[in-house]
Amino acid sequence: MIHRFLARAIPSAASLVLLGGAAMAQAPEAAEAAAEAAATVLPADGQFILNTLLFLIGGFLVMWMAAGFAMLEAGMVRSKNVSMQCLKNISLYSIAGLMYYVLGYNLMYDGVDGGFFGSFGPISIPDPSADSGDYAAASDWFFQMVFCATTASIVSGTIAERMKLAPFLVFVAILTGILYPITGSWQWGSGWLYEMGFSDFAGSTLVHSVGGWAALTGALILGARKDKYTADGKVNPLPGSSMPLATLGTFILWLGWFGFNGGSQLAMGTIEDASAVARIFMNTNLAAAGGVVASIILCQVIYKKIDLTLALNGALAGLVAITAEPLAPSPALAIAIGAVGGAIVVFAVPMLDKLKIDDVVGAIPVHLLAGIWGTMVVPLSNDGTSFVTQFIGIVAIGAFTVVASGVIWLVIKAIMGLRVSEEEERLGLDKFEVGVEAYPEFASGGGRI
Amino acid sequence: MKIVMAIIKPFKLEEVRDALTALGVHGLTVTEVKGYGRQKGHTEIYRGAEYAVSFLPKIKIEVAVAADQVAAAVDAIAQAARTGQIGDGKIFVTPLERAVRIRTGETDSDAL
Repeated sequence: MIHRFLARAIPSAASLVLLGGAAMAQAPEAAEAAAEAAATVLPADGQFILNTLLFLIGGFLVMWMAAGFAMLEAGMVRSKNVSMQCLKNISLYSIAGLMYYVLGYNLMYDGVDGGFFGSFGPISIPDPSADSGDYAAASDWFFQMVFCATTASIVSGTIAERMKLAPFLVFVAILTGILYPITGSWQWGSGWLYEMGFSDFAGSTLVHSVGGWAALTGALILGARKDKYTADGKVNPLPGSSMPLATLGTFILWLGWFGFNGGSQLAMGTIEDASAVARIFMNTNLAAAGGVVASIILCQVIYKKIDLTLALNGALAGLVAITAEPLAPSPALAIAIGAVGGAIVVFAVPMLDKLKIDDVVGAIPVHLLAGIWGTMVVPLSNDGTSFVTQFIGIVAIGAFTVVASGVIWLVIKAIMGLRVSEEEERLGLDKFEVGVEAYPEFASGGGRI
Repeated sequence: MKIVMAIIKPFKLEEVRDALTALGVHGLTVTEVKGYGRQKGHTEIYRGAEYAVSFLPKIKIEVAVAADQVAAAVDAIAQAARTGQIGDGKIFVTPLERAVRIRTGETDSDAL
């Protein structure tokens, strides 16, 4: 069994080295015994390599989720704002990467010790010759950085089509450099929530709900898009520009999620870890599928037509919901957790519209509400957790993020303003601030017949 | 000379073109338009909220014909564009005072 695992995971030349080249020259029985002894546990080098590989592969899959968000959002905004949405996405990913190096990583992981935040200052990465431990230090930084960027991606979709570029990027810098690392340190940095027994495997609360809370406060302070709600309180839908792009974005996010959840096993140097990663892939896929099917069925029952955008949101809600505990649930439970996530979207999207909270892409139902749901049901499959502790974690992280991001949105609003002028909003952000129209050969003049 | 202008269902364009060509009409201008008549619009749903689509996509064709061809052209369009369902469109005929073929300088019915 061990041999099969090694043969699949490592090129044959490397496995010979790991098993000891001498084994080949010995008598068959002795060789077998030696191989068995050597193969029971992978040498530290082999584990280091496999763990690092998991971080790197998981990390670049999560990095690619930035492309998923960009395409999803490009498809869900009107064509006059597509360039701006793409610009916001590539800018926020870059700013998150810089801030997480300068400030974020150490604030989240260095010397938290059961407390409320780590240390200030950039992370220092050892030379390759001095890199020791269970994995390469830079692979860990990379893996954690892309999670931080995901949090910022969530915000951009909600506040689309009406916020200026500069104030958004200032907010992203603070969110990724300070806010996300602080709440992240409470759990993943071994802070006070971790000591209390809170559990959030890959970040339903730490990543998705934090992004969702920041998006919610942003949407409340910014207000709805012009014409989204009529004077007599009716909803006036503003359909997105490209359903194929939104669908591609969702598939890219779905793919990236295998890195998000699978990589969060944080180790792949033993059979147990490798098997856990595989099981996480399986549960992650089942939950997303459950989310889609649930939202399709509910759409058909409630509206007699199936809204593609809600089916796409259903996939993402299923993924967010399973993220808090993708390993322990049985396949059936994973499907159920994802399906409820999909159902949350179908009911919460119109509910937010009733409250006149204008969320262009549905990030609040998907990331915030499904994130809360996923975090609350961790104790169904994970014996080491309790509903009370999960609830405390959700409320503490939610309260901190709402208050802190609310204050920051308001300060930015007072200093530089958040919203584009009415004329700019009507004619499209692409023409005014970006200067590059997404589809220059299709003149619309900002109107819709 | 007359201009025969017709608003038709977009998927009927090829049939109308064939019918006019069979009559010996050698020229047709087509525009994509939106509008409404008795058909009104219809409602669509986006993210749980219904909205009215008041203007439906149609094709507008314009053809210039000699006076003795008008009746035949109108009949040909009416027959080719008809489905019997609401929204088939309308045909309008207006006088045409003058026509010039730019390349040769021919005028009026010689220019058609």
